[in-house]
Amino acid sequence: MTKVAVEFTLNTREQNEFVETGSTLLSALRDRLGLYGTKAGCHQGTCGACTVIIDGEPHLSCLTLAERCRGKDVTTLEGLAPAGALHPLQQAFMDGFAAQCGFCTPGMILAAKCLLDRNPDPTRDEVVDAISGNICRCTGYEPIIAAILTAAQGLRKPARKRA
Amino acid sequence: MSVTLSAAKQARLVPAVQAKGGRIIAGGTLIVADLNYGADSVALITLDRLGLDKIAVKGGKVTLGAMVTMAAVARDRRLKFLHPVADSIGGPAVRAMATIGGNLFAPSPYGDMAAAFLALDAEISFHDGKATRKLPIETFLAQRRKLQKHCVVSISFAAPSAGTFHYVKVVRRKPVSASVVTIAAVIPQKAGKIKGARIALGAMAANAIRARKAEAALEGRKLGDDIIAAAAKLIAAEASPADDAYATAWYRREIAPVHFARLLAA
Repeated sequence: MTKVAVEFTLNTREQNEFVETGSTLLSALRDRLGLYGTKAGCHQGTCGACTVIIDGEPHLSCLTLAERCRGKDVTTLEGLAPAGALHPLQQAFMDGFAAQCGFCTPGMILAAKCLLDRNPDPTRDEVVDAISGNICRCTGYEPIIAAILTAAQGLRKPARKRA
Repeated sequence: MSVTLSAAKQARLVPAVQAKGGRIIAGGTLIVADLNYGADSVALITLDRLGLDKIAVKGGKVTLGAMVTMAAVARDRRLKFLHPVADSIGGPAVRAMATIGGNLFAPSPYGDMAAAFLALDAEISFHDGKATRKLPIETFLAQRRKLQKHCVVSISFAAPSAGTFHYVKVVRRKPVSASVVTIAAVIPQKAGKIKGARIALGAMAANAIRARKAEAALEGRKLGDDIIAAAAKLIAAEASPADDAYATAWYRREIAPVHFARLLAA
């Protein structure tokens, strides 16, 4: 296997990695960097469990070649909040019982973050669309949608106070 | 399995790499899925450095670079008529990755954007290694397996007049899933009569196809329930849908007329 050097930003830190040519970002994150927040599900872009944020947009890390992340800004679940703290989305998922087995949760939260970064006051339909590429087999989606709407509300509040 | 990745410096160099067994990787949503499921060794070539991610709208003509993503289409206010098409493809992550050039080669039941381009009478520009060539999308799609070894550069078409472009993708799981039937149609009217109707079907054959018999049933007529019903009866006349995990061929034929009639009546 040939290895190539890839420099990218991972969770706000500069990262230099040697990755196998043709290997995926998912494999780099889990197998090389030990970041298990990103889940390996279907490996064909159907389930959304491997969703990460690249340059502000949701991407499927199972379908992204690690080499193509050169110079990109990658955010995984581990980068959402400082160690020991929770991002408002994580808090809302916990408070609203929006996780059961938890396998889809990282992808759901990152897909939701992309939505809220772009659209802080989404409608329910916009939330449904934002997580439409993420499959959950436990919750029936309703608690997840509710948690994202709750988190959006919480994230908007400080901005209003400042205004 | 051994995979190598290189970035093409010029479109004209891509066909030579493909002639030796290489493959273009655009968004990667199809090819990396294949690799994950054990596809053979392959030399992948990206078009990332060719500046093919531009959208140009000039004098009613739309030109989309082959590497324009579904998300970029869905964000562009000048392309409002295409938003329902882009939004019907995958979830947001797929849309951020999948390209319109790649969609031309997506196997049925995928390829909804290609069906829309077919209804829009698009022209495909591609480099064959010697020169840039152009082909009408219908010819291109019919020969797409052979043409895959070239390098698609851009897709262009005339923006449809307001209200003339219609689109529906019928799916099992809302909001998004693979197509059971996709219908894209441009139905222009002149002096109250239909002139130059183009209807394209996705997931109804190995690639997107025109429904010419239904088009003929509309041509020169005034759009009304009886004419829509007559065209709907012919909508799947030239189709050869497949049985797959999403629907049987029988079901696709059964529902295509219903959704076509609803689309035009709306």
